Amino acid sequence: MDKTVAALAEAVAPIQDGATVMIGGFGGSGAPIELIHALIDKGPKDLTVINNNAGNGHVGIAAMIEQGMVRKMICSFPRSADPKVFTDLYLAGGIELELVPQGTLAERIRAGGAGIPAFYTPTSFGTDLAKGKPVAEFDGRQYVQERWLKADFALIKGELGDPMGNLTYRMAARNFNPLMATAAKHTIAQVSRIVPPGGIDPEQVVTPGIFVNSVTEAAIPQQEEILNRQEAVYP
Amino acid sequence: MSAAINDIKLSNAQIAWRAAQDIEDGAYVNLGIGFPEMVAKFQPAGREAVFHTENGVLGFGEAPEAGEEDWDLINAGKKAITLKPGSTFFHHADSFAMVRGGHLDVAILGAYQVAQNGDLANWSTGKGGVPAVGGAMDLVHGAKRVAVITDHITKKGEPKLMAACTMPLTGVGCVTRVYTSLAVIDIEDGRFVLREKLPAIYFDDLQAVTGAELKVDGTVRDLIVPAL
Repeated sequence: MDKTVAALAEAVAPIQDGATVMIGGFGGSGAPIELIHALIDKGPKDLTVINNNAGNGHVGIAAMIEQGMVRKMICSFPRSADPKVFTDLYLAGGIELELVPQGTLAERIRAGGAGIPAFYTPTSFGTDLAKGKPVAEFDGRQYVQERWLKADFALIKGELGDPMGNLTYRMAARNFNPLMATAAKHTIAQVSRIVPPGGIDPEQVVTPGIFVNSVTEAAIPQQEEILNRQEAVYP
Repeated sequence: MSAAINDIKLSNAQIAWRAAQDIEDGAYVNLGIGFPEMVAKFQPAGREAVFHTENGVLGFGEAPEAGEEDWDLINAGKKAITLKPGSTFFHHADSFAMVRGGHLDVAILGAYQVAQNGDLANWSTGKGGVPAVGGAMDLVHGAKRVAVITDHITKKGEPKLMAACTMPLTGVGCVTRVYTSLAVIDIEDGRFVLREKLPAIYFDDLQAVTGAELKVDGTVRDLIVPAL
């Protein structure tokens, strides 16, 4: 078995117009910038993107939105240091937004990957974000029904990867990445280093390779925060 | 009245200091983004709390020196942090299991409005624009204590402690204690119960800037906070 793919462009090649794409990261931490930029180079349109945020500055997800690739964002916090790209398009009616509380977003993705079609959570009960959702009482408390979230593709960022697709992460860059790896039909990982099978201690594997379809090396990955401080614009 | 209140009221740092005094040694604590983050600076000597951040870190420390940031190591406010010995990383579903699952001892959050039944409004003013909720609606559920730190009144002098919130709710009946710029108030059985007030403000004047009845149940202590 060898899930390694030499080129970023080859890794994102299966992503077509209209796809639903989960993209890992929380702000810039854990954001697979190289995969996102490779996807911009390919240029599919009409995408639904699932991420905690909605881009920052003019790189990464913000650049995808700026290039007109995104029809809908599903996220918890579409604000950032420089949210202008999303904000302007949203206020002009050019992009849809499904706003999901952060813990509910994580659990919906987890449920999607785990084959659980719906679950109940206390989060959002009695608020505007629970409108239209079924409510039920358990042990005297009210809970809101939420549905699983799945995707056609996930773009994720790991630290080490091997040809089996096993992955580790680096510090708080883990965030949504391991969840999204489980919830997509086709999961594409970029890692800082590809090691041979056995190069990752099985005790240290965070995402088992069964959840991963391809692994590409981006040896010194770019950080969104640093790109934005340099006022970078992609492409 | 308002001018006088502005002369005596606690600063944000002083409100944060007061809230920090109630955090027990060994408590697991989540501090909301912004003003509540200040609480971490005022942990009493000899007590050590373990701070949780939604994006998957327990046991983080202060901000690094400028130039020492590692952008894979941030908090929920996207600010660079450092690690303390014994810290740990985890993914987002585990992080919110800690939140909703009753594993945090206290969450300290900011507020636009708090109602006497414990309803909290702190995510949207309801005036349009781009809505953003983040982890606010999750954090109000599950922590053993959900405390709010806030100015007692708005910049326009309107009450933030209300009979009922007029802004969109973050959570229903979730707040247990409010630390304001004038007082410490518990929420018990759908009522505001005054526990501490600044010695310089009379009860009637405090009541006048509070949007619902302040109950007194036992002694009202003086709210004494050091100059910071």
